[in-house]
Amino acid sequence: MSRIEVLKTYKIYIGGEFPRTESGRYYTPLDSKGKALANICLSSRKDVRNAVVAARKAFGPWSERSAFNRGQILYRIAEILEGRQAQFVDELMRQGSSKGAATNEVNLSIDRIVYYAGWCDKYNQVVSSVNPVSSSHFNFSSLEPMGVVGVVAEQSTSLIGLVSLILPAICGGNSTVVLASEKLPLCAVTFSEVVHSSDVPAGVINILTGYPEEMAVTLASHMDVNALITSNLETKLSNKLSLLSVDNLKRKFDYEVNWVEKDKQALHYISDLQEIKTTWHPIENVGGASSSY
Amino acid sequence: MITFQLINMKKELNDNWDYSSSLEAINHIQLKKKYNLFIDGKWIAPSKNTYFKTINPANEETLAEIASASKEDVDLAVKAARKAYTNVWSKMPASERAKYIYRIARLMQERAREFAVIESLESGKTIRESRDVDIPLACNHFFYYAGWADKLDYAFPNRKIESLGVAGQIIPWNFPLLMAAWKIAPALAAGNTVVLKPAETTSLTALKLAEIIEESGLPPGVVNIVTGFGETGAAIVNHPDINKIAFTGSTAVGKIIQKALVGTSKKVTLELGGKSANIIFEDAPIDQAVEGIVNGIFFNQGHVCCAGSRLYVQEGIAEKIIKKLKQRMESLYVGDPLDKNTDIGAINSKEQLQTIEKYLKIGLDEGAEMYQPKCTIPKKGFYCAPTLFLNVAQSSIIAQEEIFGPVLTIQTFRTVDEVVQKANNSPFGLAAGVWTDKGSRIFNLTSKLRAGVIWANCYNKFDPTSPFGGYKESGFGREGGLHGLSAYLKLS
Repeated sequence: MSRIEVLKTYKIYIGGEFPRTESGRYYTPLDSKGKALANICLSSRKDVRNAVVAARKAFGPWSERSAFNRGQILYRIAEILEGRQAQFVDELMRQGSSKGAATNEVNLSIDRIVYYAGWCDKYNQVVSSVNPVSSSHFNFSSLEPMGVVGVVAEQSTSLIGLVSLILPAICGGNSTVVLASEKLPLCAVTFSEVVHSSDVPAGVINILTGYPEEMAVTLASHMDVNALITSNLETKLSNKLSLLSVDNLKRKFDYEVNWVEKDKQALHYISDLQEIKTTWHPIENVGGASSSY
Repeated sequence: MITFQLINMKKELNDNWDYSSSLEAINHIQLKKKYNLFIDGKWIAPSKNTYFKTINPANEETLAEIASASKEDVDLAVKAARKAYTNVWSKMPASERAKYIYRIARLMQERAREFAVIESLESGKTIRESRDVDIPLACNHFFYYAGWADKLDYAFPNRKIESLGVAGQIIPWNFPLLMAAWKIAPALAAGNTVVLKPAETTSLTALKLAEIIEESGLPPGVVNIVTGFGETGAAIVNHPDINKIAFTGSTAVGKIIQKALVGTSKKVTLELGGKSANIIFEDAPIDQAVEGIVNGIFFNQGHVCCAGSRLYVQEGIAEKIIKKLKQRMESLYVGDPLDKNTDIGAINSKEQLQTIEKYLKIGLDEGAEMYQPKCTIPKKGFYCAPTLFLNVAQSSIIAQEEIFGPVLTIQTFRTVDEVVQKANNSPFGLAAGVWTDKGSRIFNLTSKLRAGVIWANCYNKFDPTSPFGGYKESGFGREGGLHGLSAYLKLS
């Protein structure tokens, strides 16, 4: 008798835990053959708000980690994902990808994580400046993470679009609340399991499944979310989110990018989610001593 | 006891020995009775032939009549800017663009004193400030950005760099010429053309700048100045052929603009309001800190978006700081902006004075304790005595909302964590001040305070090379420095 496979219950990921949605609701996305993929959590507004609270709590400690340490943790995500590559390929194929495309997407995702892991302790050096002001002050500008970043993942991919938006955000010390692709949610949930076993502190990445429109509206109007990034979103919804974002002047970016292209990774995806802080301090200027003797 | 006697003596001296006035000469300035719009290198009468009066807030006398630009006039300006962009400015070698901007800087320097006087006459700011801060900084801003024009590749390595096209720029009345410089200089250096609207109470120095631009030989249409009220600004924001909106002003208007731009491809930067914390630790250099508090809140009558309007003093030193601050305030001279003795000039407009007075009443109603020094205030014109509020709660309206006047709230704190929480507990995040002798504490605070500019052991310092701009509801984008260029470029 053949062995009975143990099926996975797909959950959401909030504050380092795997609850089902508080609403008890579910939806059933279909695979390319019209067969049910799984009973996926149909997360509610309350789940979004809980995730924002978790992300806010995680933001301070995460942004205060050393850049080198963040780099190691991001690299660890790549390591764990590499080890579970087959599972992601399998899920992508269940969601309609060919084997070649699935393998390519997973490999590219792993490489992209390594790419951003390397940026953690470098971007600030590249973008910061010491400013030669005319008065007797030492003045420098450097980057600081914006805070809690809402991420509406690309709808047409399951893994690479998700990774391409989350990684630059957390690389720069932000925490995230991520809304997975509605129709292709499997990899997002499994990615949260990878994140969970990669030393990423609880709350830095929170991943919810459900209807993006319903959840994104809550995210865009939430007064404790500092930035909102979306990708290849339909114009009507994108504009609606932009309008809601104005209430607390969320920084909003909508990337129209084909993430499966190899070079769609860059410094500016990190720096878009950074504030520039300028610090002034007087320089003592007494006596006649100069450095020229 | 000795201090007490000294204060009494000083008071007597002050009572009996007033300053002799030291008025700046105004006979050398050139002002027309009536100003038209500067469009396509020409001075054009407004299409609806409407003008409004601009007054001197120090004595309410009319200075000139200013054209009010209609939607049609704005359209004309945008068309001129587009034509200049397409035919001339975007085709010109960057090094030549730079030379025009340098020329503007030099011409401004040559006429700096005239500009300072006109700025003080119309805005109410003291001549010492316009002469020593506003005008030199405005000139330097042009000089600084001129040099960037042919070096943009070094600013953004690995990016494809393009200018945006026509920039629509709307500026406030608190630093009229300086804000015009902050907007126009980087826009031109990056290769864009400009339609700029000054605030209705302070159009003159922008119009004088237009004269300089004309004199510099800058190709017609590269810079257009349209004067008017909110409707003129709205016409700029909503014009379909503008590629970039840059706005400095209130958070409320900034949000209206941002909403109006949803669904368009216009790039936007917003420099908005603030309620910045100025934090004094027990080990701070006391006298310098007191000067810093005064400079932080009373500079430019408190009409400063980054004004240090929330003072946090560590408990052990609070009594001493408040006492010294009150003493210092006794010697502040409120009066004619053109008098070189004056520390606090005129409030920019009657409306703004009413707003400030509304907040003074709110503060009293909330139960805060108000303190104003004994100072004589001119009978004519709009003036407000420097004001402190003690016994203020974190939740008080006067500690939460931007007043934009010479009004300071004072609260105390015990620990670093407490003051970080209090300082960050605001929807704004423009600036903050920290006063302490301890270096490690400065770096702790400068990284924990959620604000775009941190002044450590100083306050209200500005420089063309130094990026300025806020976190949270204080807006987005930076002005000044290398980082200020990106607001006027398409980077891909």
